Parts: sequence; structure tokens; C-alpha cells
Amino acid sequence: MNWQSWSQFLEMGGYGLYVWGSYAVTLVVLVAEMAELVMRRRGLFERLAKFYAARRRNDETEA
Amino acid sequence: MTKSRRFSWFVFSSPQTFYPLAGTLQPWFAVLAALLCAAGLYISFFVAPTDAQQGESYRIIFIHVPAAWMSMFLYLVMGFWSGVGLVLNTRLSSMVATALAPTGALFTFIALWTGALWGKPTWGTWWVWDARLTSELILLFLYIGFMALQAAIDDPRRADKAGAVLALVGVINIPIIYFSVQWWSTLHQGASVSMKSAPTMAATMLVGMLVMALGFWMYSIAAVLARVRCVILERERHTEWVMEEVGLHA
Repeated sequence: MNWQSWSQFLEMGGYGLYVWGSYAVTLVVLVAEMAELVMRRRGLFERLAKFYAARRRNDETEA
Repeated sequence: MTKSRRFSWFVFSSPQTFYPLAGTLQPWFAVLAALLCAAGLYISFFVAPTDAQQGESYRIIFIHVPAAWMSMFLYLVMGFWSGVGLVLNTRLSSMVATALAPTGALFTFIALWTGALWGKPTWGTWWVWDARLTSELILLFLYIGFMALQAAIDDPRRADKAGAVLALVGVINIPIIYFSVQWWSTLHQGASVSMKSAPTMAATMLVGMLVMALGFWMYSIAAVLARVRCVILERERHTEWVMEEVGLHA
């Protein structure tokens, strides 16, 4: 085991800012990408549903 | 004459058949990614010992090197599918290339960011215009250029072709990044892991790095599968099956 306490773990031998700055930003980037993908899919289904509804209305008025 | 009923892998080159397959596979890769990253993080912080020279700052290696590997590997995969799309005119190949670019760009950014945060305590500077760092920055611009070019062209098939040419020309940058530390004298250290010789690092450090790399790899597959499903729906929206798919989920 490398660490005796939480504060030691967070300090990272004096390199806490650099180590946690690296890991935190990596985490944020990956979580943001996952969130973007979920939102993109949701938004896409809404947009496409509207697109098809509009097309159907269009077809009906033309008929 | 009997019709051949043999299974062909080309069946999956159709967006319609690939879409559900990607949907089935995607959660498995996501779970694998989560497990591998959890194991990798545990090894990185609790198993791997403190480095004799760099102290704890070296622990950035467990994300820096895997992210840098992924940034180059994903570009090669993107170039490959771009080339296939260009030569065979298969739409799905181009869609996969399109879906790879954002994830590749993010890993390039992570490699640069963690590199800066590692460079400051070890070299005394966030950034230096040496061959390795500069060529990796060019890689980021190639990814961004690919995405911007595709976004700027309305006709998707023309966007595919233009993007593919850019992606293929940019492939030349990958060996430049990889061998830059040998070809030029750089501040960046040489490879710690190579095919030719034994790794120059402690076994647990190496294992941690490889497990994280596998985790990033699985994550990339999961993210790209999720994105290519969106791209397929967007671009195939005029087909009957997408209409049904959207109706099913509405």
C-alpha cells in the first residue's frame, strides 16, 4: 500500500495538482462525451419524429 | 444452379443490418471499459510503487500513454475506413470514419493536456515546440480539420470523399509522431514499451498502463458504436426502416 492516509493520497507526494488535474480533466472529457452521445440520440429521435409527422401531414394535404 | 446460402460478412456493410448489431454490442464494450478502467485505476494508484526518480508525478503515465496510443490508433482506424469508403464506395465505412473523429480528437486532447501537466513538474515547462509535442498537436488539428470539412459540405457523399482524402493524407503524421523521439532530439523521452526490447519499467507499472490502454480501447469502441448509430439514423432518415425504428421509440 502506497498511502497511509487520505490526505497523503490527495497530496500525491506534492504533485497532487498535476496528477489530479490530469485525472479530473480526463474524467470530465469522457463523461462529457458520453452525455453528449445520450443527448444526441434523444434529440435525434425527437427531431426525426417531428420530421416524419410533418411529412405525413404534407402527404395528406397533397392527396 | 442453387443459390449460395453461405454467410457473408458483407451483410454487415449495410447500415440497416449494422445498426442493430452495433446496438447489441455497444453495452458490452461499455461494461468492459468500465471494468478495465476500474482495475487499471486500482493498479495505477494502489499497486504500482512510487517511481524512484519522479516520485508520484509519474502516475500521470497511466492515462497519458494510453490516451496517446489511442489518439494515434484511432486515426489509423479512421484513415483505414476512410480509404475503404473511398475505394469501395461503401457508405457505412465512411460513417464509421465520421464517428471515429470526435473520440480520436478527445484522446489527442487528453494526451496533450496530461502531457502538459506532466511536463511542468518534470521538465519545468508546460509546453515546448519539440517534434513529439508539435506532431501530436498537428494530429489534433487533423481531427478538427476532418470534422470541420465534413460539417461544411452539405452533400454527405461528397463530405465523405473530401474527409477521406484529408484523413488519408494525414496518416503520414502518425509515423512522424511515433518515431519523432528517435528521428529528432526531443525533450520527450523515448518509448518505454517497444516490440523490440523488454520494457524499461516495473512490471506493475507496465500492467497498469496496459490495462488502462485496454479500458480506453473498449471505451472508444463503445463511444464510436453509439455515435455511428446516430450517424446512421441521421443519414438514412429517408428509409422505411429508420422511420419504423423512430416510431418504435417515440
